[in-house]
Amino acid sequence: MNNSMTNLEKIRKSLSRRNRAEGLFRWAGRVAIFLGLMAVVVLFVDIIGKGHGAFRIAYIELDIDYDPEKIGIENLSDPQQLAGADWQALPKAALNKQFPGITSRGDKRSLYGLISNGAGYDLKDRLMANPLLLGDQERVWILTDDDIDTYYKSWLAGEPYAARLSDKQVEWIAELHEHGKIRLQFNANFFTRGDSREPEQAGIRGALVGSLFTLALTLIFSFPVGVAAAIYLEEFAPKNGWTDFIEVNINNLAAVPSIIFGLLGLAIFINFFHVPRSVPIVGGLVLTLMTLPTIIISSRAAIKSVPPSIREAALGMGASKYQMVLHHVLPLAMPGMLTGAIIGMAQALGESAPLLMIGMVAFIVDIPGGFSDPATVLPVQIFLWADSPERAFIEKTSAAIMVLLSFLIVMNASAVWLRKRLERRW
Amino acid sequence: MNVKRETTAKPAVMDTLEISEHQATVGHCFSDNAKMTMRNVNVFYGEKQAIFDVNVDIAKNEVIAMIGPSGCGKSTFLRSLNRMNDTVEGCRVEGDVRMDGEDLYAPKLDVVELRARVGMVFQKPNPFPKTIYDNVAYGPKIHGLADTRVDLDEIVENSLRKASLWEEVKERLHQSGTGLSGGQQQRLCIARAIAVSPEVILMDEPCSALDPIATAKIEELIEELSENFTIAIVTHSMQQAARVSHRTAYFHLGRLIEVNPTEQVFTMPEHDLTEAYITGRFG
Repeated sequence: MNNSMTNLEKIRKSLSRRNRAEGLFRWAGRVAIFLGLMAVVVLFVDIIGKGHGAFRIAYIELDIDYDPEKIGIENLSDPQQLAGADWQALPKAALNKQFPGITSRGDKRSLYGLISNGAGYDLKDRLMANPLLLGDQERVWILTDDDIDTYYKSWLAGEPYAARLSDKQVEWIAELHEHGKIRLQFNANFFTRGDSREPEQAGIRGALVGSLFTLALTLIFSFPVGVAAAIYLEEFAPKNGWTDFIEVNINNLAAVPSIIFGLLGLAIFINFFHVPRSVPIVGGLVLTLMTLPTIIISSRAAIKSVPPSIREAALGMGASKYQMVLHHVLPLAMPGMLTGAIIGMAQALGESAPLLMIGMVAFIVDIPGGFSDPATVLPVQIFLWADSPERAFIEKTSAAIMVLLSFLIVMNASAVWLRKRLERRW
Repeated sequence: MNVKRETTAKPAVMDTLEISEHQATVGHCFSDNAKMTMRNVNVFYGEKQAIFDVNVDIAKNEVIAMIGPSGCGKSTFLRSLNRMNDTVEGCRVEGDVRMDGEDLYAPKLDVVELRARVGMVFQKPNPFPKTIYDNVAYGPKIHGLADTRVDLDEIVENSLRKASLWEEVKERLHQSGTGLSGGQQQRLCIARAIAVSPEVILMDEPCSALDPIATAKIEELIEELSENFTIAIVTHSMQQAARVSHRTAYFHLGRLIEVNPTEQVFTMPEHDLTEAYITGRFG
């Protein structure tokens, strides 16, 4: 009796110690999660803080006179005249009218520097869309130069950054602002245009389309091959030294640095098979090499998680092995396989290193129209912009990161959703 | 598959009393009306031998129960009858297993056909995660037994009726089979097995995961099914063996010790080991 009491006391004593240990462990877990979340929050705050400005850009309102003489054009359907036309003369004339009495060469250059040097082509597009405007007048919001845009945004924020502006330009902007003739508008160009050396004209459409083409090819190449390999290894391959060897090497491949796959792609696809460089085809092939191990490993895990009783039931009914796999194992493993594929795709979407090796780092202005057009991808575009000296590219870089991250979030969320949706219980 | 053929057939009826221990089976192992015959069957898992030299017949339309302590090889024995052992890595069957005189381990034999003729019901109810209808229709579909949708509907209904499940599920044929209760799931698995009209049904402890009421239903069903099918059932429950089977086979450490009419096994077993087991001295 005495003895059992002391036992109880011992248990009680150890109980408080155990509870303390458990409480401590829980707190450690919470702190770890908090730190992880903080890292994400800091990342997002920093990127959104830097990048949100890129979605708006400064425009100046000008009275444009579509004077055929100034442009040097009479017939809008004559390609030769169109090619020789001086479109930039239109906004220049409008600026002269807005700020009369500027004669010195330097001041004129300053004045014309207010607007983007692509502004004339925007006006050409307007004119081509509506030829009746020729000889007529119109009030148009004209895209500013990136330095003006940067200054105007910083000025609005109360911390003017005028290092690249002349005193005159600063005065003019103040004047325009007073009359409500300069304002920030939604930057549609960012989503509709390809890359450009001029930050105000640069967009991510080219990189986005390039990424989509490359990823589509990656998915088409890697999913069937990966799933087939996983099924063969799990269901059909004899368990012997060879399959062990293959398994070890698939796991090795998953750990190989991605730039090595780029070198491999360069050596095999470009140098040996002479696939053109910088195109989504070769990008897709290289990313396939990189994604395959991920897909094979996750597909094998999905196949393994199908309960053996289902296999026995199918075989016991007289299904052949192929029927067992096709009718029962594959449908049950599909959610897991798709999840793995999406996560593999998300990895591939964020990958830049292997693509640098196969020339997808080129400066490409045109939006790719197919799998064999030169293209770049989002992460490489981010790399290119981050490398550019113009201050306006800082916010573009962050904005492109935002676009990339939102795609990644959508992909990962859809993987979770898909898993929940298709999950079956047995 | 390594198949060793024994050409010297044993006499059809054995002298039951003069058998030395661990060498041959006592009792009535053989039948004049045999559906399946096994001669000198040895089963190995890798180096380890699981079944030693089993000789037994399974008669047409009989229910034969396999009993014995855990790990005695009764499930292994059952699974060698429809070659489900093929799916186990490293499993090797030696000896002669025949159904209607046909060698089941002949290289030319297709296991797909064999398993259509020898159905199987497993320990844990394992309906496919599909609808009740699709579960039952699966066998007829893959074997091409139904020419029209109407035929298939009929097969499904008949099978479910034979499995005494029709009345309970006829309103929800297109709901998932995994939503049924354990006992219903097991009867669904039986319906699925008989949908292809097999000649033999193997049952591997079909009631071990079920409650007593569901078990009683399955046992009743086994009795009904024995009119049309030959049934071999492995069970842990001696009462169950006593209730449903015509003959009982007692396995011990991979050896078939005794095969006799069920009544005899449970009232006056021939072999000491059998007696020890049924009186509960081990198990």
